[in-house]
Amino acid sequence: MANSFTRMMSGRNTAVMLASMGAGTLASGYLLSDNAAAAEKRRLYPPSADFPDLRKHNNCMASALTPTIYGQLRDKTTPNNWTLDQCIQTGVDNPGHPFIKTVGMVAGDEESYEVFGEIFDPVIKDRHNGYDPRTMKHPTDLDASKITSGMFDERFVLSSRVRTGRSIRGLSLPPACSRSERREVERVVVTALSGLKGDLAGRYYSLGEMSDREQQQLIDEHFLFDKPVSPLLTAAGMARDWPDARGIWHNNEKNFLIWINEEDHTRVISMEKGGNMKRVFERFCRGLKQVENLILERGWEFMWNERLGYILTCPSNLGTGLRAGVHIRLPLLSRDHRFKKMLDNLRLQKRGTGGVDTAATGDTVDISNLDRLGKSEVELVQLVIDGVNYLIECEKRLEKGQDIKIPPPIPQFRK
Amino acid sequence: MPFGNTHNEMKLKFTSEQEYPDLSKHNNHMAKVLTPAMYEGLRSKQTPSGFTLDDVIQTGIDNPGHPFIMTVGCVAGDEETYEVFKELLDPVIEDRHGGYKPSDKHKTDLNPDNLKGGDDLDPNYVLSSRVRTGRSVRGFCLPPHCSRGERRAVEKLSIEALASLSGDLNGKYYALKNMTDAEQQQLIDDHFLFDKPVSPLLLASGMGRDWPDARGIWHNDNKTFLVWVNEEDHLRVISMQKGGNMKEVFNRFCTGLTKIETLFKERGHAFMWNEHLGYVLTCPSNLGTGLRAGVHVKLPNMSKHAKFEDVLKRLRLQKRGTGGVDTAAVGGVFDISNADRLGFSEVELVQMMVDGIKLLIEMEKKLEKGQSIDDLIPAQK
Repeated sequence: MANSFTRMMSGRNTAVMLASMGAGTLASGYLLSDNAAAAEKRRLYPPSADFPDLRKHNNCMASALTPTIYGQLRDKTTPNNWTLDQCIQTGVDNPGHPFIKTVGMVAGDEESYEVFGEIFDPVIKDRHNGYDPRTMKHPTDLDASKITSGMFDERFVLSSRVRTGRSIRGLSLPPACSRSERREVERVVVTALSGLKGDLAGRYYSLGEMSDREQQQLIDEHFLFDKPVSPLLTAAGMARDWPDARGIWHNNEKNFLIWINEEDHTRVISMEKGGNMKRVFERFCRGLKQVENLILERGWEFMWNERLGYILTCPSNLGTGLRAGVHIRLPLLSRDHRFKKMLDNLRLQKRGTGGVDTAATGDTVDISNLDRLGKSEVELVQLVIDGVNYLIECEKRLEKGQDIKIPPPIPQFRK
Repeated sequence: MPFGNTHNEMKLKFTSEQEYPDLSKHNNHMAKVLTPAMYEGLRSKQTPSGFTLDDVIQTGIDNPGHPFIMTVGCVAGDEETYEVFKELLDPVIEDRHGGYKPSDKHKTDLNPDNLKGGDDLDPNYVLSSRVRTGRSVRGFCLPPHCSRGERRAVEKLSIEALASLSGDLNGKYYALKNMTDAEQQQLIDDHFLFDKPVSPLLLASGMGRDWPDARGIWHNDNKTFLVWVNEEDHLRVISMQKGGNMKEVFNRFCTGLTKIETLFKERGHAFMWNEHLGYVLTCPSNLGTGLRAGVHVKLPNMSKHAKFEDVLKRLRLQKRGTGGVDTAAVGGVFDISNADRLGFSEVELVQMMVDGIKLLIEMEKKLEKGQSIDDLIPAQK
């Protein structure tokens, strides 16, 4: 019996095929003037009438968008009929902060990065330190066996964590997805996760259906995510229909966790207390590969291509989408005036232990990689390991009253 | 989203069942009325400007509502929304507006001479008087759906029309994005300034997009007549002053509105209006007159009386705190206004409010003297 799923499967297969063909071969449409009113509206309001006022804005989109680019792209659509205005709405609505440069645009689907490449490419280049999607290739490497020295001194490192995101090819991304598509993402991923075994065996908790007790448990474990309140996310439409088709999966050992339909189709997190980053990354890679195999068996795959790596909603997470980090106590070094420069040169970033928008409290800081695109997962995790080991060495030297050196800057892209 | 239906075609590839929202925890008018069959029948439709069913109901899906307060849960993106999606909106309107039927006709009466009295509300009790409504400019999409170009066009038209007002109505426009700090502070001190909506009810419908582009405030030099441009509606028109002379407030309201309407017509744009729904606004709760006429009134004794709520209901009045719709009363001072919007004319609503306030003040005076108010309890209007 041809059911709706079968119909959708064939549609998805076509989308998968088209998407894998790469840049330039995707069918991008122009807005169909399927009625006279739309055509009349375009005549009355040329792109210049709609060009956003970005004079007080400070985000990557506002820096890159010109009236010319807008004029060329305004009436285009992706095959799912997603538009430029929808991609940039979050950047128009959130001028940004004088000190923090946000990205200011999102993708609605995989094809957004192609159809609106004229604006996405410069934004990607700006955000990813000169990575040029038009000429460069992104390396993917999830072979954890290559990692060396991945066990930190636990006198300093309290916990280790690696996270990334994955999108299911053929389904629209959180800003754009319909309720069916979101539910389909949930179904595909939850089905795959139920196939995990051994130390990865676990359970799914749907946000809308969890009991109060389950909710409290997940909050206590710091696993639970809630409806986004950041205007950066809500302006992009990611919170629509909350909490429909959102949920959290974690393994019984509570060190492998997947968020479904929050900012991305999936966010995958491997974490544990202590300093065994190698084990965290090994489980991360193993889990990711197994999930990928499980969805491939059913005819699905992750969004990925050679020039952008793994495709995620926000351009800032392209490539690896990977943030590998530690919570670490560096009471002396974190107060040293050379700390910031060391981090910069090591391509590391510090955050408060509450996450991206928090300040450090006490001596404990969250240290992670700055980069996402242009270096492989193995390279980035190794960079974090080597960098954190260096910081620990400096802390030990300061403990003994010895001098420390700022390391030379790490080159940004493979030659 | 503007410029044609950019997304609905894709959704139609899925079945209605797959797309139907989960409204099991919802308590708003839309959730009460929408059924899977209705959703299936309406999902493939769109207005000429491309507004779809999902666009209408998104705010109601994202805001399940409160167990005690019934929100509307749907908005219009253009004038045609009320026609194309009438299967959903007619029952919502009927439920929200006290049984107003799809065949009913709404009467518009903006002749202030028809108001009896209202110039003599006791200033010992009534601190201020205010009348507000909204107007939509025909030919432009409404705040949830308009493009930046359209919103700017509405602003431009409004500035031109308002600049032609003179005499008591001579005034000035302050664009939100251009105002100086001094102007901003003055407008805040005058209680005129509106800010970007924070209510998720409004944000979920898309009304906050592109803020503060093409938003602004116009007011006359006397600071008694005020127009908000491109906030929740194309225009919100407010007449207000201290004291209890509601007749004067209503006079200015009607005169100003009529003048503005003429000025817009001269420029080729009527206000959205029809015989059945009266003035067409973004939220179905504001259809008809879109009128809220009210006073800030001291009723410390009456408000503690067991029958206060009942009396208000009989008088078809509504109480709010003096900070507006989501606030509580402070110090026995209440904002009392008409509860209805549709099915009564402007004059009728202001008359009911004026008569009702007079009665409430009488009751307050009796309670002050320790007397009973039982013989004053009115019949249900």
